[in-house]
Amino acid sequence: MIRIPCPFCGTRDHSEFTYGGDASITYPALDAPKEEWHDAVFLRDNICGPQLETWHHVHGCRMWLVIERDTMTHEIMSVRPANPKLSALFEDNSEADQ
Amino acid sequence: MTARRLDHGGRINRAHPLSFTFDGNTFRGYKGDTLASALMANNETVLGRSFKYHRPRGIMSAGVEESGAIVTVGRDASREPNVKAPMQELYEGLSAEGQNAWPNVRFDLGAINGLFSRFFAAGFYYKTFMGLPPFEWGHGTRLWMLYEKLIRKAAGMGSASREPDPDCYDHVHAFCDVLVVGSGPAGLTAALTAAEAGRDVILVEQDFELGGDTLSDPSREIERAQLVDALAKAGVRIMPRTTAFGLYDHGTAGLLERVTDHVADPADQLPRQRFWTVRSDATILATGALERSIAFDNNDRPGVMTAAAARSYLNRFGVLPGQKIVIATNNDSVHHTAVALASAGADVTLADIRKHGASDLPADIELREGVAPLKVHGRSGVEAVAFASASGNNWSAAGQTDCDLLLVSGGWSPVVNLSSHRGAKPAWNAELACFLPGLTNEPIYHAGSAAGIWEYEACKASGEWAATAALGEATAPPQPGGWSTPIKPLYEVRLPEAKTKAFVDFQHDVTGDDVRLAQQEGFVSVEHLKRYTTLGMATDQGKMGNVIGLALMADALGKDIPDAGTTRFRPPYTPVSIGALAGRNVGHHFKPLRRTPLHDWNLKHGATMTEAGPWHRPWYFAKTGEVIDEAYVREASTVRKTVGICDVSSLGKIAVQGPDAAEFLNRVYSNGFAKLPIGKARYGIMLRDDGFVMDDGTTWRLGETEFLMTTTTTNAGKVMVFMEELLQTRWPDLKVHVSSVSDEWAAVSVAGPKARATIAACLAEGEYISNEALPFMGVRKITLANGIPGLIARISFSGELAYELYVPAGHGAAMMDLLWPEAERQGGCLYGLEALGTLRIEKGHVTGAELDGRVTIDDAGLGKMASTKKPFIGSALRQRPDLLRHDRPQLVGIFPKNPGQTFKGGAILCADGEVSGFGEGWITGVTHSPMFGHWIGIGFISGGHTAWAGKTVIASDLTRSEDVEVEIVSPHMYDPEGVKMHG
Amino acid sequence: MTRFSAWTVFWNGLTGQKGWGRQWRDPEPKSHYDVVIVGGGLHGLATAYYLAKNHGVTNIAVLEKGWLGGGNAGRNTTIVRSNYGRPGNREFYEESLRLWENLSHDLNYNVMFSQRSHIALLHSPGAIDAAARNYNTMRLTGTPDAEIWDLPTLKREVPHLNYSATARFPIMGAAVQKRAGTARHDAVAWGYARGADQLGVDILQQCEVTGVKRTEDTVTELETSRGPITAGKVAFAVAGNTSRLWTMAGLGRLPIESHKLQAFVSEPLKPLLDQVVVFGVGGAHFYISQSDKGGMVFGGDLDWYKSYAQRGNLPMVQDGCEAAMSILPCLGRVKLLRHWSGVVDMSMDGTHFICKTPLSNLYLNAGWNYGGFKASPASGWYFADLIANDRPHERIQSFDLKRFERGIQIDERGAGPDPKLHG
Repeated sequence: MIRIPCPFCGTRDHSEFTYGGDASITYPALDAPKEEWHDAVFLRDNICGPQLETWHHVHGCRMWLVIERDTMTHEIMSVRPANPKLSALFEDNSEADQ
Repeated sequence: MTARRLDHGGRINRAHPLSFTFDGNTFRGYKGDTLASALMANNETVLGRSFKYHRPRGIMSAGVEESGAIVTVGRDASREPNVKAPMQELYEGLSAEGQNAWPNVRFDLGAINGLFSRFFAAGFYYKTFMGLPPFEWGHGTRLWMLYEKLIRKAAGMGSASREPDPDCYDHVHAFCDVLVVGSGPAGLTAALTAAEAGRDVILVEQDFELGGDTLSDPSREIERAQLVDALAKAGVRIMPRTTAFGLYDHGTAGLLERVTDHVADPADQLPRQRFWTVRSDATILATGALERSIAFDNNDRPGVMTAAAARSYLNRFGVLPGQKIVIATNNDSVHHTAVALASAGADVTLADIRKHGASDLPADIELREGVAPLKVHGRSGVEAVAFASASGNNWSAAGQTDCDLLLVSGGWSPVVNLSSHRGAKPAWNAELACFLPGLTNEPIYHAGSAAGIWEYEACKASGEWAATAALGEATAPPQPGGWSTPIKPLYEVRLPEAKTKAFVDFQHDVTGDDVRLAQQEGFVSVEHLKRYTTLGMATDQGKMGNVIGLALMADALGKDIPDAGTTRFRPPYTPVSIGALAGRNVGHHFKPLRRTPLHDWNLKHGATMTEAGPWHRPWYFAKTGEVIDEAYVREASTVRKTVGICDVSSLGKIAVQGPDAAEFLNRVYSNGFAKLPIGKARYGIMLRDDGFVMDDGTTWRLGETEFLMTTTTTNAGKVMVFMEELLQTRWPDLKVHVSSVSDEWAAVSVAGPKARATIAACLAEGEYISNEALPFMGVRKITLANGIPGLIARISFSGELAYELYVPAGHGAAMMDLLWPEAERQGGCLYGLEALGTLRIEKGHVTGAELDGRVTIDDAGLGKMASTKKPFIGSALRQRPDLLRHDRPQLVGIFPKNPGQTFKGGAILCADGEVSGFGEGWITGVTHSPMFGHWIGIGFISGGHTAWAGKTVIASDLTRSEDVEVEIVSPHMYDPEGVKMHG
Repeated sequence: MTRFSAWTVFWNGLTGQKGWGRQWRDPEPKSHYDVVIVGGGLHGLATAYYLAKNHGVTNIAVLEKGWLGGGNAGRNTTIVRSNYGRPGNREFYEESLRLWENLSHDLNYNVMFSQRSHIALLHSPGAIDAAARNYNTMRLTGTPDAEIWDLPTLKREVPHLNYSATARFPIMGAAVQKRAGTARHDAVAWGYARGADQLGVDILQQCEVTGVKRTEDTVTELETSRGPITAGKVAFAVAGNTSRLWTMAGLGRLPIESHKLQAFVSEPLKPLLDQVVVFGVGGAHFYISQSDKGGMVFGGDLDWYKSYAQRGNLPMVQDGCEAAMSILPCLGRVKLLRHWSGVVDMSMDGTHFICKTPLSNLYLNAGWNYGGFKASPASGWYFADLIANDRPHERIQSFDLKRFERGIQIDERGAGPDPKLHG
């Protein structure tokens, strides 16, 4: 069982979440050419080792998270909300804590 | 072997006799016995037959590594095959049988295989059974499959019941600070140390008593009892009869707790077993070590067992396993056993391959130094053992001794299985001749003999160390070892050129010769050796044989053992019943069932239900005597003529709210939503990123910033997740919130010419739904006559004048109690999915059968809806060349040429005269159409209906029915202008 | 080398098994080969075999970083079938099945292909129609053994499944391919290795590729743990690790994600189930058969998250056992003996790649999703053809890396471009 420290809910089993995909992909604008869309939708770095990836806490807070996880050892290095604004809030708080 | 129960000693309760049967014969044992100890006490020696040669096998151990006494326990539906007798606690009335033998294990006709064993070398089956002997003439698989039938009958071990398992199983989830596996001196000390430091500790023990090896050592009993007592006081959660079978990511362990396997008549409410998922911050593995055998001729005879097993049977169960006993060893661990057996009255000879020069053994024990067992004489028991002595690299015969029991200690293998599950590669220790646990970065600590620590006090100290380490206070781990005279590695004894049956893996009948043959044929890596010879793949998963096999391979290769490799252990440590892993999620509870708020109401009104993904939905509402085909045709006709009511609560409903909600929908849907007026609904199609259709449905604008989106039943979850992803990851700037409200609403479709009249009669005073008040695609809030508030939308899937009526889920039945009598008065009916299918096929509306994830919006005939003025999800990639081809299969209607003929969904549409290959299209749905008076269908065909106008097409359904001639028509078969629904 | 037959088995039984030599050599690497195939799994070994046999190319090396057949070749659930419906897949897997049918004789190695029938359970009228579409297509495209069974037939042929009307998903019928079945996975790898070796192929185990040297448009040299090797043509067949080699060659990204798929085996039992039985309903996906040794071999879905770890986690173990119990409730007291996992290339449409690459002398065989075992004979056959002739055979023209740009997605499940959803 991978144990994921959800910033909103605390540490939970991975079976509460669904794996999304490669979080390093930037999706093009809707009106971008189809070649750009092809690359974003179909091509993957497929890293063996630490990678940024999205997970959805589907049976929890339903937040999308960006997790840095080693795809070989399954070790988790960091977790943050996928929404950059929320993520920034968490960073502010953690600074305040220190 | 002449075993007998002693009249005193052991931990059994002589005041509590138990009777049990083996192969139909009744025997007696005591509470505290295992099946193995009780059978041994009754001097039953042949308990099993080996896998390949059907050689007689008896008790070889006193634990999970058992490779001989493997039996079937229980009767009929409760029959459990492949039970290791030393692990089965005895209970009153236990019934066991020998297996893999006919007619029984004592006299087995299968033993004829043994006569041909010279031909049955490792992997021989890869070299023959292909064709006609002797030269494998022929081709294809027919001959192999003939041989295979016989091979399959001969293979396998126990026989499973064909009846459903009558028992139930539970899943339990738990958390702790420290999980301690094993309750020998190291485990007990570790658990106590951690608990006394204030940690929440779970201690698991596969045995039914705590103590591990100390259970076989009466001199430690007082201390053992004190430790166990202290554990309980310190608040340790103690779980006997529980096996930690696997370690998984992030400190997760799988446990199997046997709740009633030892109980004659368990209480009804108890599960048979529980599967625990435990998450711990640290794990201490005090899992002990297993004694190895040595390969020599006939080392599998009943009456050959490990020395530790004999000690356990004697001291724990009060059974003297033999009268004239030879103990063969290469290490110090058998000393106490020899003494105990001799003082229990046995005649003991100790054969130690090492030469000490001096002995501290009692005088009544004969010591033979420098010899090892060469061969066992006797067919179904031990009559004598021949010895050999080593001179250089060669063995030479060194006499023979009569005996009825041969105990072997070839060294000890720490149980490193669990940390191996985590990828920690065991490391060979040449000095101790064993694999020690590998290094890991995870908080997993080994203690006691699992860490190669042999001596009692040192084991306790290592337990304390492990607990301290688990608490995060790192100190140097204790050193392994502890024997006063070093072990002399010894894996196989045989004279040069001798033909032997010297077993390495007892269960799978793998011999030393098999290992050498594998080497000779190039299967030199450990994994090749394992797979070619099947070494280590039996139910003990190599607990007994792996190290010997590896040593023999290393020897054949002229390498050291670590250079020959190590195998990786896979979970589970011991086999786990499939029932326990499944738990309660079986039968009707296999997957959660979703019911609509109207479920009970529908059933009460005659619904027959059908599967719709996770849902049960009404299929049809048969009147007395009606079959499905009559019911749905009546229902569909009634809708067209008067009115029908259909439960549509399972549709996905998503509240889309916020200042940017309209903009969001405008990006998600392929058609425009930005300008949808308040109080209006619109049918929308959304695509995936790759430009194929994802889902369709209507979305209702309830306010400036508030929309209610509906999705198909199947895709409700998928659409919700996708929209959350878009909002949180791609478009975080949009001020929109989405929430699933599917379960909040009970929803019905009221359809038919009398739909308005039916609903109007059920509205509160002052509520109107005239064409002006609620035009086509209009939406408004509404109150029913009984005061229930709701939403009404004038939308139609059936093509009739139709409304969808939503009320809070809890009021669903009350709404139906109001609507249904009124519909009945109008001559209406309730209708289910089958009639819904009829109505939508007549109308040419698509569902999941058409939108199967491979269809574009153009294929579905809805391309005109896609906006050309704005980009949307999927708008870029739907422009790829293959998706723009005009000859792609497109949505069409299908009529039979001969109106009397029927055809089926799944039929392939082919051009007349070219009924082959992939055809031109396919049929996705069919129905008898009451409006046309014949069968009609919907499907796809290359180029669409205009390309096939006037041509005969063949609907080919070779797997089920005859070819049928059909014609292709527009998918909008009924009321193509939409007069009815606008009316 | 000794030919395998009942006679040689008998003779060696009489003469102490002395006549058997190595089944393949353990040669030292040469500095140059005409073709170097990276990956000593089923696809790499089959490719080498057919290159030598069909195309006369014999100066070949197969490089294997561990031991041959040690990846997914030895980790799968051994099912062989051709019930694919999409153009491209349909013909390819049918061709593969035809090769399977004579493979033991062809290789002179008993791969134990047993055509015990593949039975896909169906649970609703809609599912029967959807299956009929595929199985009708099979019949029309030259697969005579595709059948749809009604419930009475199914009950007769496969007793003691859970036919209860109160089952969560009551069984209504089945789609059946009779020529489908199971084979002995290790034997296939060993058989191809022995066959290739006999034709002169060097199989180099413990030979890991550590670097790929190239010019703008060709591979010039492979750096390996056993020294540098140059090659006229280089072929990658390294399922699970494709992206790692691709990156090593500096070729950017691929339409592939690595996921792990678990498999399970029970203790050996006397014959209980003669056929391969599978189902997919209500979010469950499951397949089970009984091996010749008697173990119930079963599996289900991926672990749902990307991973290169060859070990599974408990939720899918539980899932597999639930599914097993749902159709064979008699398995409650049967014990799970071992579970393990393999790393599979999941592609963006669930279909593989056998194709040329941006480098003129580099060829790719990858993206096998769940289907690599059954595909291996045809995969080797057509990959060899591609390497030998430097152009794709018409049968594999859709299996290129550019198909998504053209809008071609060979998507059996209709799941869209999400690798984890293809099964």
